[in-house]
Amino acid sequence: MLTFIIRRLLWSVLVLFVITTLVFIIFFKTPGVDPARALAGRSPNAQTLAEIRAQLGLGRPFPVEYAIMMKKIFITRDLVSYSNQGTRVIQEIFAATPATMSLVFGAAVLWVVMAIAVGIAAALLRGTIFDPLIMVVALIGVSAPVFWVGQIVNMISQGSLHSTVLFSWVPPLGYTPFLQSPGLWFRGLVLPWITLSILYIGFYGRVLRANLLEVQNEDYVRTARAKGISERRVLMRHTLRTSMITFVSLFGLDFAALVAGGALVTEVVFGIHGVGFLFFESFQSLDLPTIMAITIYGAFFIVLINAAVDIAYAWLDPRIRPT
Amino acid sequence: MATLLEQVEVDTELRPAIAGRNPWALAARRLWRNRIAMAALLLFLVIVVMCLAAPLYASNIAHVNPFPPNLNGHTVVNGHVVPVMQQGGGLLKLGETPIGPTWDPSHYFLGADNTGRDVAALLLYGGRSSLLIGIGSALLCSLAATVIALIAGFFGGVTDSVASRIMDIVWAFPVFLLAICIGTELLTHSNGFQLGPVHVDASSLLLPTLLIGFIYIPYVYRPVRGQVLSVVKKEFVEAATAQGAGNTRLIFSEVLPNVVSTVIVLLPLIIATTILTESVLSFLGIGVQPPNVSWGSLIADATALVYTRPWTTIAPGLMILLTVLSLNVLGDGVRDALDPRAKLRVEG
Repeated sequence: MLTFIIRRLLWSVLVLFVITTLVFIIFFKTPGVDPARALAGRSPNAQTLAEIRAQLGLGRPFPVEYAIMMKKIFITRDLVSYSNQGTRVIQEIFAATPATMSLVFGAAVLWVVMAIAVGIAAALLRGTIFDPLIMVVALIGVSAPVFWVGQIVNMISQGSLHSTVLFSWVPPLGYTPFLQSPGLWFRGLVLPWITLSILYIGFYGRVLRANLLEVQNEDYVRTARAKGISERRVLMRHTLRTSMITFVSLFGLDFAALVAGGALVTEVVFGIHGVGFLFFESFQSLDLPTIMAITIYGAFFIVLINAAVDIAYAWLDPRIRPT
Repeated sequence: MATLLEQVEVDTELRPAIAGRNPWALAARRLWRNRIAMAALLLFLVIVVMCLAAPLYASNIAHVNPFPPNLNGHTVVNGHVVPVMQQGGGLLKLGETPIGPTWDPSHYFLGADNTGRDVAALLLYGGRSSLLIGIGSALLCSLAATVIALIAGFFGGVTDSVASRIMDIVWAFPVFLLAICIGTELLTHSNGFQLGPVHVDASSLLLPTLLIGFIYIPYVYRPVRGQVLSVVKKEFVEAATAQGAGNTRLIFSEVLPNVVSTVIVLLPLIIATTILTESVLSFLGIGVQPPNVSWGSLIADATALVYTRPWTTIAPGLMILLTVLSLNVLGDGVRDALDPRAKLRVEG
């Protein structure tokens, strides 16, 4: 097990190294582009350009340039955004994290609960008209572009229906920190949570249903039934438990991707100033230092979660551990 | 013994020979019988044909050129000539509001956008870009993934390790962050690029196509490589090797035909994904660039009109939804037809 953990972590380090190098090359080594000019944002002056070159050691050998950049991102954390009046990028990312976390955590709770309900309902109702019906609705959820759903939700909740009793509780678009006003925090996030989770409810509901039906024919489920265990107990203790394996591993990956900026579109549509929104603003103004830092931090987070999922998996199921 | 043999011969002579059916024909028959999948295919084809007919609609029915702004234009509603940009619309009765849906196919069927352009015509032109990028990138992606998977799976060893590790790294990269990084970097080249002898314009649809095609390669590579690995071990490949077949023949006539079905099963689902990705990127402003439009960029353009002219937002989204839904349903059908015992079958 220890060898497995070490090997898995070494692999993560390698992946991170390659990703950071790749991002670095995309931004600094594209032929025909002066990186200082690209980093400086729109319409820089000569003094800024010289300053950037000096600060980032541009023009020195590639490994040195790379090392200076990584040091500025991970160790000294003093990478500044040139197009945004010298704001410190890393601090800005950390300041935006609570909003993203609030959005993604809430949506995750909603999608796990609803997807399990949808999956079980469809599997139990198999053979009736409701099973295909639920699956079609789930497929519609999977097929709807999330930003569009968000726009429609806004259209309904902020538009002419806003004055009716149905949506008068919805605050204006934006994010209120939890500590500032828990009530407003919650009311402002309900619709974004629903919007973000629709896709995942549909997707996970379908996956869970397929797994439940597959497991239902396994010998140990038949044995459990033969022993006279109630249907409910068979479902909870035997079928659902095994079916959740795929569900849980997928969940880890999707959750990580969302925290690392995948919730971007939902944040933009609902004006939630999280990491995704910051990313959006920075590529609107071609603020390359911020884009680069968010990408690298995002990748860092995803690679870490992936490693954690794999290790947890190997711990739960020794068959997965490579010899 | 002799009698038994005779019996066998007699039997084969008496029974009508069972016509051998090619597995593709069998699959096509199963797909044909799946009414839901066929309805989805029909819907998808109708959308494709509608979008291909965009210039016909614009010039012969709507009589507009939907690309230049039309702020001072006029149109006909119920026999009255009205301006496309109407004064004092909206809740506050202030400013200009573009005309809403007239539901008259020849005069601003879905109304106008912020600059007085015909939304219905733009919707069809936008569909062309969305479908072109979606289908094009899905094909490129499947092709590249299949080639890499064939090489990696067939030669194994170091080749396989290197290819698979590279794929793992691209896989570990957050898809949207990667797409946005590359997309933004591409946008900094406002004068276009020189790709070898070819000059690519910065607003070319080729850029989002290549970008989206690239980021999904690992998603196709993984299942196809798995299939290649299992096919390579089969007896018929060994038999072909024993007959002296070279690598090229082994790959193209033994392995490839047996992994194509995996690619075909994935194709509708990949197209659905690439169309969705294109719409997100264009919505964010890094996919399709002006003067081109796509369904995603139309929704972005309509943001200012969400409350006053909801159809400018609803219509393009509905097109994306219907297209992606039809592809997903078709994908389910194709999978059931080609692989009736697939693990992830959804239909019971």
